Amino acid sequence: MTIFYFVAFLSIFFALMTIFTKNPVHSVLYLVITFFTFTVHYILLNAQFLAVVNFIVYMGAIMVLFLFVLMLLNLNKDTEPMKSNLVKFMGAIAGMCLLATFLGAFKVIETDNGMVQAHENIGLVKNLGKVLFSDFLLPFEISSILLLTAMVGAVLLAKKEPRVKHG
Amino acid sequence: MDTAFIIEKLILVVIVFVITLVIAMYSTLAERKIAGFMQDRHGPDRAGLFGILQPLCDGGKFFFKEEIIPAGAHKSLFILGPTLAIITACISSAVIPWGQTLTIGDRSILLQVADVNIGVLYIFGVIALGVYGIMLGGWASNNKFSLMGAIRAASQSISYEIAMGLSIIALLMVTQTLSIGEIVAQQSGFVNWNIWAQPLGFLIFMTCAFAECNRVPFDLPECETELVGGYHTEYSSMKLGLYMFSEYINMFVSSSLMAALYFGGYNFPFMYDLGLSENWITIIGTLVFFLKIFGFIFFFMWIRWTLPRFRYDQLMNLGWKMLIPLAIANIVLTGIITIVKDTYFN
Repeated sequence: MTIFYFVAFLSIFFALMTIFTKNPVHSVLYLVITFFTFTVHYILLNAQFLAVVNFIVYMGAIMVLFLFVLMLLNLNKDTEPMKSNLVKFMGAIAGMCLLATFLGAFKVIETDNGMVQAHENIGLVKNLGKVLFSDFLLPFEISSILLLTAMVGAVLLAKKEPRVKHG
Repeated sequence: MDTAFIIEKLILVVIVFVITLVIAMYSTLAERKIAGFMQDRHGPDRAGLFGILQPLCDGGKFFFKEEIIPAGAHKSLFILGPTLAIITACISSAVIPWGQTLTIGDRSILLQVADVNIGVLYIFGVIALGVYGIMLGGWASNNKFSLMGAIRAASQSISYEIAMGLSIIALLMVTQTLSIGEIVAQQSGFVNWNIWAQPLGFLIFMTCAFAECNRVPFDLPECETELVGGYHTEYSSMKLGLYMFSEYINMFVSSSLMAALYFGGYNFPFMYDLGLSENWITIIGTLVFFLKIFGFIFFFMWIRWTLPRFRYDQLMNLGWKMLIPLAIANIVLTGIITIVKDTYFN
């Protein structure tokens, strides 16, 4: 339990650093460390597969792309667009709504749920694979179609349209 | 977990670490010797017998050179870059099985640091992390050539990781486990080597390993004809040394991975027919494993002095339009063969 509290403290600390640091590249690096602490959390929960996939996909691929874009952008204080007060106000309200939703969601979760305790090895690759391809086959396949849709959409957006002449 | 177990693992870690560093050191010498051999000249032969002390001299030179951090560089990230590169290179060897169990007295010692049951995925995680070292170093240098080298490294590594993962999936369909220790144990003898079941998968994996190690013909991140020195243009002294060293360690680790996943690891033909005791089989097996690794390292160097570098668009076309479709076809083919085998030949 002490390990959990220590890692949880680190997660929150680095998450706050991600928000408060001024340099965008530092911000991405703190986010990478935050994801790493999530990996440690998954290992503590005996969810090996989720841990290593979080490591590969979030830390190894998505954050590299974030860093990639930031390096090309050359963000300085001069070029930083100032957000209007209206946007800031809306952001604060949206954040509060998210917080309220999370609090409500966590309140109804029963931590001593029998389902979780009966399958404590569910996070190992073998068990997870069996469950995904038998009990949850339909949601699994539908989510793969969702990902395919997103991919096709991204390709479509990135593809150059032939320029249409006006007048 | 008793103390003896911890001490045993600690000794194993230190041995693996030292062997990795020594092999990386002597790879630099071997590279120059092989280059000399291929270009019909001697190569370094002044320091010691046949130039055997050359890596030590190079290391000493790196340590004693002046350390320069450019004025416009981002200091902490400039130091973090090579540090990350060498750390990620060193930790990936933790899940590679160097041999079977060795029995000393009544203790049996497994010659593998950590037999985790997601070993293959662990390797992928570490490879994915490896690109941060190059990217941070390149960006922190505040030099456009370094930045271009870093960006090339990142996009190359991400592109080839996909094909590498897909080629591994076909292998996992055959072996049905993610533990590298178990994958190697399955390949006992000679006919059970995975290369016979997955020849196409091996070729894809090897090509991607070349690209992930930034070796010729995929060394676009440090392409000196276009980018001065690529991502490490601004680096000097041991920080440059660490980047070069991590490249050689990566080469060693990917060679051992290829030998373990596809060429039977510590298994050799007729290993149980010679009437040797268990310990001797383990020791010979480990030696054979290193022999296979050296073979792959030689192959890496052979390619370096044979093929010219790709152009960048050729590199991307090869990765996305050739290797990925080929790897997917390999997965489908493996699936069909497995089903046909199960239904008609059982």
